[in-house]
Amino acid sequence: MAPGIFMFSLYVIFPIFQSIGLSFYQWDGLGEKTYIGVENYIELLDDEYFFISLKNNVIWLVLYILAIPAGLFAALFLNQTVRGIRIYKSLFFFPFVISQVVVGLVFSWFYDPSNGLLNVVLEGFGFNPVAILAEEDYATYGIIAAGLWPQTAYCMILYLTGLNSVDPEQIEAGRIDNARGWKMLWYVILPQLKPATFIAVVVTVIGALRSFDLISIMTAGGPWGSSRVLAYYMYEKAFSEYGFRMGYSAAIAVVLLAIMMVYIGLILYRLYRDEKGY
Amino acid sequence: MKKIFKSQIALALAGILAGTSAIAGTIVINGDTSDPAPKAAFQAVIDGFEAENPDVNVVYNLFDHEGYKAAIRNFLSADAPDIAFWYAGNRMGPFVEAGLFAPIDDVWADQGLYSLMKTSAPGMTMDGKKWGIPYTYYNWGVYYRQDIFENLGIAVPKTWDQFIAAGKTLNANGVTPITIGSKYLWTAGGVFDYLNLRTNGYEFHMALTRGEIAWTDDRVRATMANWKQLIDADFFLENHAALSWQEALAPMGNGEAAMYVMGNFAVAPLRELGLDDSKLGFFQFPEITPGVPMAEEAPTDTIHLTAGAKNPADAKRFLAYAARADVQTAWNEALGQLPTNAGSNVVDDKFLNAAFNMLNNDAPGGVAQFYDRDTKAEMASIGMENFQEFMVKPERLEMILERLEKARAKLY
Repeated sequence: MAPGIFMFSLYVIFPIFQSIGLSFYQWDGLGEKTYIGVENYIELLDDEYFFISLKNNVIWLVLYILAIPAGLFAALFLNQTVRGIRIYKSLFFFPFVISQVVVGLVFSWFYDPSNGLLNVVLEGFGFNPVAILAEEDYATYGIIAAGLWPQTAYCMILYLTGLNSVDPEQIEAGRIDNARGWKMLWYVILPQLKPATFIAVVVTVIGALRSFDLISIMTAGGPWGSSRVLAYYMYEKAFSEYGFRMGYSAAIAVVLLAIMMVYIGLILYRLYRDEKGY
Repeated sequence: MKKIFKSQIALALAGILAGTSAIAGTIVINGDTSDPAPKAAFQAVIDGFEAENPDVNVVYNLFDHEGYKAAIRNFLSADAPDIAFWYAGNRMGPFVEAGLFAPIDDVWADQGLYSLMKTSAPGMTMDGKKWGIPYTYYNWGVYYRQDIFENLGIAVPKTWDQFIAAGKTLNANGVTPITIGSKYLWTAGGVFDYLNLRTNGYEFHMALTRGEIAWTDDRVRATMANWKQLIDADFFLENHAALSWQEALAPMGNGEAAMYVMGNFAVAPLRELGLDDSKLGFFQFPEITPGVPMAEEAPTDTIHLTAGAKNPADAKRFLAYAARADVQTAWNEALGQLPTNAGSNVVDDKFLNAAFNMLNNDAPGGVAQFYDRDTKAEMASIGMENFQEFMVKPERLEMILERLEKARAKLY
């Protein structure tokens, strides 16, 4: 345990406190640090871009969860013995294997206002073309849709492995008791998939909160900052061409950490309760 | 391997015998010339320097162009090279203030640069000292489809009214007047700069970018009103917020758009799209307020002596070499840009000739660097983001100006 705890403290615990400390300073990464108390947090409260990013984070969290049911149904669909099923499974898993950067590029082309497939189809149905990534109202949803593609594949693979360990005897017993369809899924299969669901929720929530690559590739936070999330805003303030406000950025990081703590707290509580229940 | 080792020993011995000067002769340069043409151009400069100064060995660390902007902060404070590439104007401010660049007034004096580089001197001056050597600059302006203009009988617009009329004719013939890709924001900064320089003049523009004038000032409103006039007259490419500047070249290449407010670096990719000198032309951004002296944008790229340089003596020799007229002639010929040394020759090229003539004869108002080089970094990013928003949602003008004013009040 000791080396593990040491590494964890050095690379996780210590930087967390370092960031919290830094958030009380004004620092450009080069010169002297100046202690300014909670100034950075006060400024955050008055920063409309911060609230746009926060709102987008919430949208991401809510919509990203769709990857879980989508992954479940993909898994149920693929959980059959047909000739060549392994190939189909690999193909469904494919989007998770390719880099997020590639996913972002593919979707940018898909949404491209002049030649993109989406607009070719829309025009085919007689609609006007939409530049999804250039519209403040759609950009975030466009990016989330791109993110759901690999995330669904990830959840699917979690459920596929979970389905392997579903007890056939219980299904048999369920059949005898006349359970089928939705009832079978809800009362017999899903409870057995609980560990898979748990992992799927955890990775999806984390995936939603650290959504960064797709935003960077697809919109760079735009148009006019309307598709930024906290992680991206933090990066922009600290490391982008025009940033270098380390303290302010650390304050954003602390807020992001606080949001994650809520989730982590909820999950730990569930775990604790379940352990006690059995 | 063995041979190299032997020759190293021989070199070291020779160094000891010859005294310290030969051992000390290594300078380290960090740069961002990652595109093929600039890379080859700078390698030629290094080779030329080494040939003339056999006692100095140049080590060049090449960084990716975008990655360099983040890397420079680390290497300057942690393990400084002798010389680093950067940009003139406010962009070098943080490094000068943090004491990471070293002044090189002696090089300027020895080489007579005060007179030879008079035009780019202001951009290199802070606290009354010179902080680097400018090696190249390039013009901005309007690149246009000469053939389309000729076919539609449009003369090169000299005044605002002619400009608006030209746009009307183009739109009537199904051609978008101006192409632009504002995804990475700075292109919108270029348009703002020209509108403001032409509406209010150089002095006002510089005062505004220095944060001395409120964004809610009526003169700023006049600039924005002119901009709105262009937006309302459908001057700009649709969906520009989704495009990068490179992606916005395509409509110009295939004739869907006729003008591009851009820097000289757009010429090379436009030529690759098949626009030869008979199809592609250049004109100075037209006059808006009569009587306001024409001012231009010409961003300057620079090299600097770092404060942590281990071999400043030889580094200064290199900087002096890089400032020399003949060196700058060859360097900029390879770059396809303009030399900063007045004694250099400009390569014979339609666009460079036009630009050189414009900057030297038709820019009495002054020469600005660029919005994001004249403005404080954080203000620049907020500013350009709001320009992009304005171009799509001009009705939000009031909100945008108030937002910019709030940022100005905080940052200056």
